[in-house]
Amino acid sequence: MSAFLNRDEIKTEAGLQAFVDSIPYANFIGVGVRKVGGELTCVLPFKDGNVGNPMLPALHGGVVSALLETAVILQVICEIDSEHLPKPVNINIDYLRSAKPVETYARAYITKQGRRVANVRAEAWQADRARPVAALHGHFLLAPRIKSDD
Amino acid sequence: MNLLGDKHEHLLIDGVPHAKALGLKLIEIARANATVKLPYDPRFVGNPETGVIHGGAVTSLLDNVSGLAVFAAMEELTSIATLDLRIDYMRAAEPGKDILGHAHCYKVTRTIAFVRGTAYEDSPDDPIATCTGAFMLGANAGRKPGANTTGQGALGENSGEKGGRA
Repeated sequence: MSAFLNRDEIKTEAGLQAFVDSIPYANFIGVGVRKVGGELTCVLPFKDGNVGNPMLPALHGGVVSALLETAVILQVICEIDSEHLPKPVNINIDYLRSAKPVETYARAYITKQGRRVANVRAEAWQADRARPVAALHGHFLLAPRIKSDD
Repeated sequence: MNLLGDKHEHLLIDGVPHAKALGLKLIEIARANATVKLPYDPRFVGNPETGVIHGGAVTSLLDNVSGLAVFAAMEELTSIATLDLRIDYMRAAEPGKDILGHAHCYKVTRTIAFVRGTAYEDSPDDPIATCTGAFMLGANAGRKPGANTTGQGALGENSGEKGGRA
């Protein structure tokens, strides 16, 4: 296991938050973690530096995408015992609504886990989960732990 | 208004808070093409094990430079919004090196602009990531400045959203 990815620590919300805080860019945009009933949700409080369109104003597409990508990475490390962080192979982001200058949430799902690649999707929403502001689907490269008895 | 030339950095970069926060630098803007630099910064790292820049920061760069290419392709300036963006990550960015993003807007219709882009350190022939995107033109049509904060407040259902996105 990599030195900074401690499987026992990431089982708790505080441990996951500490892990996210150790990812500089996730920390830079301000990603938080909430674990409710075993469900992992990423929370992005509003901050001025995350704005892409100051006129409306609306969040930067890259920020929303980074939130979705971070949600995927956390979901993968929680569900799949791996040696390293998953690496994005490709992502498709659909921007569904203008992202308002308010708190934004994201939740990721592993659609299919292969031996080397996971097919994932994620959604970001604001006040109403039924009205997502952006959706991601993509593929992430896994680094599964090689068991000694394999 | 013509955006070509390099004297609009204040508008194109400094006018976009997240672009400014990332320290993006406008390198070149020409007809339907734009090049922007993301200076290496340890704050943008995605994998503390390796020092490699976060995929999300590369996405922010490509999203931003793609939007600039759309502006550089338009006859009349209008507001735009990203409809979708696909990013292919070919390899990890080299820790410590600045990343350049170049985008070309290869087709503009009345309502949509289509863009291809590349992120690289030294040569576009050795890309870190490539992207293709579609942008909606006139995205703010019918929406006034501050539309996202007025109405029933930022969380309201009727704060101008319906008219904004076709």
